[in-house]
Amino acid sequence: MDQKDRLRYWRKNLRYLLILLVIWFVSSFVLGILFVDYLDGVQRTPDGVVEDPDSFFHGFRLGGFKVGFWIAQQGAIYAFLAIIAAYVWLMNKLDKEFNIEEKEISTSDH
Amino acid sequence: MDVQIWTYIIVGFTFAIYIGIAIWSRAGSTKEFYVAGGGVSPLANGLATAADWMSAASFLGMAGIISFSGRDGSVYLMGWTGGYVLLALLLAPYLRKFGKFTVPDFVGDRYYSQTARVIAVICALFISFTYVAGQMRGVGIVFSRFLQVDITWGVIIGMAIVFLYAVLGGMKGITYTQVAQYCVLIFAFSVPAIYISIMLTGNAIPQIGFGSELIDEPGVSLLDKLDGLSTELGFDQYTTGKKGTMDTFFITMALMVGTAGLPHVIVRFFTVPKVSDARKSGLYALFFIAILYTMAPAVSAFARTNLLDTIPNTSYNESPEWFKKWETAGLIAWKDKNNDGIIQYTKGNAFEGKPTYIKNRDGEFERGEHGEIMLSNAHVKGENELYIDKDIMVLANPEIAGLPDWVIALVAAGGLAAALSTAAGLLLVISTSVAHDLIKKSINPNITEKGELYAARLAAVGAVLIAGYFGINPPDYVAAVVALAFGLAAASFFPILILGIFSKKVNKEGAIAGMLIGLVSTLAYIVYFKFLHVNLNKPENWLFGISPEGFGTVGMILNFVVTIVISKFTPKPPVEVQKMVEEIRYPGEIKS
Repeated sequence: MDQKDRLRYWRKNLRYLLILLVIWFVSSFVLGILFVDYLDGVQRTPDGVVEDPDSFFHGFRLGGFKVGFWIAQQGAIYAFLAIIAAYVWLMNKLDKEFNIEEKEISTSDH
Repeated sequence: MDVQIWTYIIVGFTFAIYIGIAIWSRAGSTKEFYVAGGGVSPLANGLATAADWMSAASFLGMAGIISFSGRDGSVYLMGWTGGYVLLALLLAPYLRKFGKFTVPDFVGDRYYSQTARVIAVICALFISFTYVAGQMRGVGIVFSRFLQVDITWGVIIGMAIVFLYAVLGGMKGITYTQVAQYCVLIFAFSVPAIYISIMLTGNAIPQIGFGSELIDEPGVSLLDKLDGLSTELGFDQYTTGKKGTMDTFFITMALMVGTAGLPHVIVRFFTVPKVSDARKSGLYALFFIAILYTMAPAVSAFARTNLLDTIPNTSYNESPEWFKKWETAGLIAWKDKNNDGIIQYTKGNAFEGKPTYIKNRDGEFERGEHGEIMLSNAHVKGENELYIDKDIMVLANPEIAGLPDWVIALVAAGGLAAALSTAAGLLLVISTSVAHDLIKKSINPNITEKGELYAARLAAVGAVLIAGYFGINPPDYVAAVVALAFGLAAASFFPILILGIFSKKVNKEGAIAGMLIGLVSTLAYIVYFKFLHVNLNKPENWLFGISPEGFGTVGMILNFVVTIVISKFTPKPPVEVQKMVEEIRYPGEIKS
């Protein structure tokens, strides 16, 4: 592997990471936390939670679940799994593309 | 056969397996002791990581907490799984390529500093000790509740088992017992969940079942019924949250980042042979964890529905058998405030604190007019008369649903497997930190291989004894201390590990300052609200509305900023270190 190849390999890795981490953030923090009430079709007021008829998702059910609730308690975890699976697949492909031969790493003190 | 005999049989059988594995997999070298010789397959490592990660809190506590907090409980579901994305993508492959034994090894070498190494060791020890005390306590509680063994004896039996495979086998012994323990705990968690899912909704997959229609009430989905029951009784809707959005955000982030910074989790990735195996075992680990974590919220909803459907507005005399059994154990208590003999259950506390029962001279419980056990707790205003411990939702779930005795026994074995596997992983980090990072790398570098292995075993013995002591005499603040462990892992380790891999410019001055700032700020905030001024621990007093549980995120951000800024104004790291960073970024050997 020459210097140019190594840089290309690293840049590609960083690009994969960026895309996958954006998906990670959106699937948990954006959909599961910031917009969870909207996806549930409810609104928070000082007097408590009320229905939000303006929400596109009001009254909508995903197999019996409110959408936000499902993402926060199920969907996000499935997304995490898919993200790691994608990364494993992409990196194995990248290693092959760059002909990286992996040897067993000898763990040692020196 | 009754529950007790079943429990003895099933728990005894699983313990025999663990001991068998311990004898079979004795460690002969430090490499075997610290990282199982680096030859664990990604699948086995994924299973072991899942068992290592899922503690008594995941197995017994989490479903209970979600049961009582509804959608707000999703901070734990997302927080304790999302960290694996960070681990598998940002840390595990590179730390594996680095090829040493511990997290402080990486910190010490990457930041070419003995000071940084020692700070890292102190963090690792502190995090692991706070965590392990809770696990030993969990072992004791399971023993005392299911086998009517005294908690002290429960802890001692647990210590003896962990002692056998952690001290003899080191990482090698731990890894293969953890594989067995994962199988036990996931089986124990799934069986009641599937049973109850079929009973309530006819769907054998709990993850789908808790959104399905009820068998008894066609056309009504379980969650809608639960929302209805909750509001009828004066609780908040189950499927909506109460916690502030910002606080939820910060807590979830702190738990995710904390997960990725926990030394006992990171070190598991040092046991596989190759970088690609480290990535793969991250995937396996999350897969095996996700099986339990997606099932837990279903268990919570089932248990809550069953509870709200059967107990409120029932008279004590007609309450089911399990109600009285767990009342005797002090996990359920009823104070008949309006003296009508009927159990009222609504928002608010029934009385102050945990139940303390009144006993007569013969040591028997003093009973009230309706047969309930009398309490000496201080009176609290409000209509709620019922106290329910959160742990009961998993422990008593099989009984509440009327499942056979062997299923109840299985839950006991599962709880023990969860607590023992996590305790062993933590004990190993403690013994490695002492023998390797402190003795070999800091105090006496000339120690022989044999001497170091001896020191590691001795340190493991010491750690088992200390953990056992805390298990028998638990400090009052175990729960508060868990927030501390995650906060500290997030604020101290995570930023400097990430920067150490992804930046060549970050230097020792930056890292030391960053770790200290993250550590001190998080420690100060949590100690202030959780230990010194517990009465001030309210949203209106928090900084930006962030609770102590979420403050690790702030500490993490401070750590990042300070490390980067100080590195800018101080000399670059030496060329060898920059070369090392270059090297860990590629999975293969570098030829140039």
